[in-house]
Amino acid sequence: MSNTPSERPITDLTELLALAYQIEADAVQRYIDLAEQMEVHNNQDLLKVFRDLARAEGIHAEEIRKMAGDTDLAAVAKRLGRWQKGGSPEEVDLGAAHYLMTPWHALQLALIGEKRALEFFTSVVDTTKDPKIKEMAGEFVEEEAEHVNLVYRLLRKYPKPSDNWSEDDDSPAAQG
Amino acid sequence: MSETPNISIAILGSGGAGALTAGNLLLEAACTAGCHGLLTRTIGPQIRGGEAAALVRLANHPIECMPERYDLLIGIDWLNANRFGTEIDVGPESLVISDPRGGDLPAVVVRGGARVVEVPIKELAKAIPDGRPNMVVLGIVAALVGLGEASFTELLEKRLASKGAAAIASSLAGLKAGLAAAANIDLGKRLSPPKPSDTKRWLVSGNETTGLGAIRGGIKFAAAYPITPASEILEWLAPSLTKVGGVLLQAEDELAAVNMTIGASYGGTPSLTATSGPGLSLMMEALGLATAAEIPIVVIDVMRAGPSTGIPTKSEQTDLNIAVYGFHGDAPHLVVAPQSVADCLFTTQWAVYLAEALQAPTIVLSDQFIGQAVAAIERPADIAFIGQRVKAVETAVGVYKRYAITASGVSPMAIPGQPGGQYTADGLTHSERGIPTSGEADHRAQLDKRRDKLDRFNYGDHWATVEGDGEFAVVTWGSLTGAVREAIERLRGRVDVRLVAPRLLSPVQPERLAAALDGVKRILVVEQSHGAQFHRYLRAHYDLPGEVRVLERPGPMPIRPSEIEQAITEWRS
Amino acid sequence: MTIVEAQVARKAADYKSEVKPIWCPGCGDYHVLMSFTRAFAELGLEPENTVVVSGIGCSSRIPAYTNCYGFHGVHGRSLAIAAGLKVSRPDLTVVVASGDGDGYSIGGNHFLHACRRNIDMTYVVMDNHIYGMTKGQPSPTTEPEFDTALTPGGTGLSPFHPLVIALASGANFVARAFSGEPNETASILVEAIRHPGFSFVEILSPCVTFRPDEREWKSRVHPAPVGATNNPGKAARRLMTDDGFNIGILYRGERRPYQPSLVGQNIDFAELEKDFEL
Repeated sequence: MSNTPSERPITDLTELLALAYQIEADAVQRYIDLAEQMEVHNNQDLLKVFRDLARAEGIHAEEIRKMAGDTDLAAVAKRLGRWQKGGSPEEVDLGAAHYLMTPWHALQLALIGEKRALEFFTSVVDTTKDPKIKEMAGEFVEEEAEHVNLVYRLLRKYPKPSDNWSEDDDSPAAQG
Repeated sequence: MSETPNISIAILGSGGAGALTAGNLLLEAACTAGCHGLLTRTIGPQIRGGEAAALVRLANHPIECMPERYDLLIGIDWLNANRFGTEIDVGPESLVISDPRGGDLPAVVVRGGARVVEVPIKELAKAIPDGRPNMVVLGIVAALVGLGEASFTELLEKRLASKGAAAIASSLAGLKAGLAAAANIDLGKRLSPPKPSDTKRWLVSGNETTGLGAIRGGIKFAAAYPITPASEILEWLAPSLTKVGGVLLQAEDELAAVNMTIGASYGGTPSLTATSGPGLSLMMEALGLATAAEIPIVVIDVMRAGPSTGIPTKSEQTDLNIAVYGFHGDAPHLVVAPQSVADCLFTTQWAVYLAEALQAPTIVLSDQFIGQAVAAIERPADIAFIGQRVKAVETAVGVYKRYAITASGVSPMAIPGQPGGQYTADGLTHSERGIPTSGEADHRAQLDKRRDKLDRFNYGDHWATVEGDGEFAVVTWGSLTGAVREAIERLRGRVDVRLVAPRLLSPVQPERLAAALDGVKRILVVEQSHGAQFHRYLRAHYDLPGEVRVLERPGPMPIRPSEIEQAITEWRS
Repeated sequence: MTIVEAQVARKAADYKSEVKPIWCPGCGDYHVLMSFTRAFAELGLEPENTVVVSGIGCSSRIPAYTNCYGFHGVHGRSLAIAAGLKVSRPDLTVVVASGDGDGYSIGGNHFLHACRRNIDMTYVVMDNHIYGMTKGQPSPTTEPEFDTALTPGGTGLSPFHPLVIALASGANFVARAFSGEPNETASILVEAIRHPGFSFVEILSPCVTFRPDEREWKSRVHPAPVGATNNPGKAARRLMTDDGFNIGILYRGERRPYQPSLVGQNIDFAELEKDFEL
């Protein structure tokens, strides 16, 4: 592991909390962006799914914020400047969206995000030398594992769509 | 169950529901079964997944405009349907089929007091493997307008052949489910059967008939730069020109497109390009060049709402000014305007003929409404207008006068390849031999010539549609001709109204218009233009008898027959 | 003058019309006209099967000074006119004449796409690093520090590199010539016209009226250190050390020219209606 600024080791609990907060806050923003896209494109099912995901991540973010008391975690995260390339672990890939996507697709994307977050905290546990950081990172590992399981449970409600899920009889509209 | 000469259906849906496809299939099935019909569509701003409505009017007689209100409105869902406003209006006599899970009814339905019947369209579709809601809708509509399953089986098999047997089966199953679901719903009216006819009929859009008219007129070269709503003309021409030994060249912009057209025509090939308002603006300089150098070209302008980028998907009649007046200098040229989907074929073919005969640019003012509407029309008769330019024979270099003053004003044109015919075509003012000059005599002589050649030409009866008699006249042009005709029909027995719709807008025809309006005391000018461009154009060039009123409105909503009818009845009292 | 030269000289004169050019005495374009006619004579082109297409500017006056078919179009659009003409009349030899303003400024977009399209024609740009006809504004090839009334102190902008653009955009033949060497220029034009596809020849042609400093061009031009290549990469590397005065053929490419077939399928127009039938 190189020591670029974005990958330098976490030195204190505040930094860990800030990164954990950033993960959730970035995810909230992405899910809101996607919810808006789905609304404009009349995909009501996905509007609801993305709004629900945004709300859930928002709750996580709020919990972490409370743990930090008065500290402005967003400012700390900005200073740390991690994840410049490729986005933070739970930032869903906007390029994977589709106007006809189904809840199954959305949850697959959410699953990728939660797993990446889990990997991140696991690597902190594995590499940190600070026992306090290790302990708190371990708690986050458990949290994220629960999120992963939650997404799996939700996925059980939605069957994988058939092969022609993206078929649209109408051709694209020329707008200008 | 009352009989009616026409029935109108609007099918709404969003996010991949396939409403437009359902509308197309409905039109095709009904027209194959013998009905007349017209289809337009209206869409939201999204490229995919947007709210969309297919608007279909079926009739037992040819139809050229859309109705004020729809007899049947079906919503696969109502998401963002309020965007369409009163474009899809319903009244107490209308029937609305609504999916209970499709969202709130649009305001027009609530206000209009229509009868609402719920059918679980999406649920019915889901019950079928790979079922699609638009097929269920098609079945419902079929049942309500009296089309049976048989009208659709062959059609679906043809249209879905490439998707395979499973897709065909699920579509038919959807259709059946819709038919069954509507079995106990009564529309309250039935289309009276059309008169049986042996005439061959087509199902075709104005843009397609424009393309065919061009080829029939002799076009062998087209330059193309895409723009809504004209791209379909160019896309139809691309393979069609190849079939007849012609060629279409895609250009990098409209400036290139019009200049390529001029270059090809200079080489002897009848040539054309197609665009819309913004593109026509860009082409203006080159059109002046074609005028000054006397090179025949045809430019189709499928008008859309302006100014500037405007509303690309909606119709307006506001490029009249630029088509007639947009050239710098005094540059007489030809402007013609088709009046319906079928007339696009005649007018475009005629435009090629005129351009070639008069060695002048001809602008064809079509519009989004007729360009993109799909109509069942009688196969237009073959007409003899084929582009023929007067070519120079037996010429010698240093002697040949490309721009010789002749009795008709048209000079024989040498085509590259012809020995002794060499000349340099030029936008610079030139002598009869084509040598640049700044002299008074040559400038006036060539200006006179270019004006006279257009004025001396006999355009025949095609210059305008003149129908009916009476002291009332409605003067209009382009796609509004159909709406005016329908209004006049409704007034039959109450008021005698004459219809005068010029097809040739430039050069103006004062004597002929005076003859057409002979005896008229009241003129209603009807046009789709906020600035009343047509009215001002008439005032500038014609003495209008009696009193004149103007019914003008910009896009995006087309002027309806009822508005015209009302304007006339109000004026009568 | 040998008999052959006399014959060639006579034939070259055959390509000149009787129209007297309006160019200032000393203008490089007189030599370019000479090169044109010598090249046409060398190729034995028939004037009635040759078209010279131009835009607007001093150099664009050239069609009327030849006795071939000519088209003096509007500013910047000569390549578009020529494209429509050549594609529909592949039997004609099409030469396009332009200047640095007409060709690289307003015509810039069409230049890129003409190189891309690779229609068989020859594009000759008489570059004098100035807008001459409109009396001395900077053109895209004018040096950044050159002072003019429109741009006091100079434009401060990097000049356009036409050979680089042509090569990068796919031109099939790229060369630079100097009007002051009309025979050499004629030879380059002969090769350019013979070479299939889009041939681009930039001819440095001094403007004595608005760029009297360009009289020194005759001392600055020099033959290119190496001969032409058919390798675009090599040609590109040579352009890296090009001082703007390398004379000669840089690149002879092997792209197939664009020319759609005009043969058609001999069908009845009724075939086209089949899709419409109910």
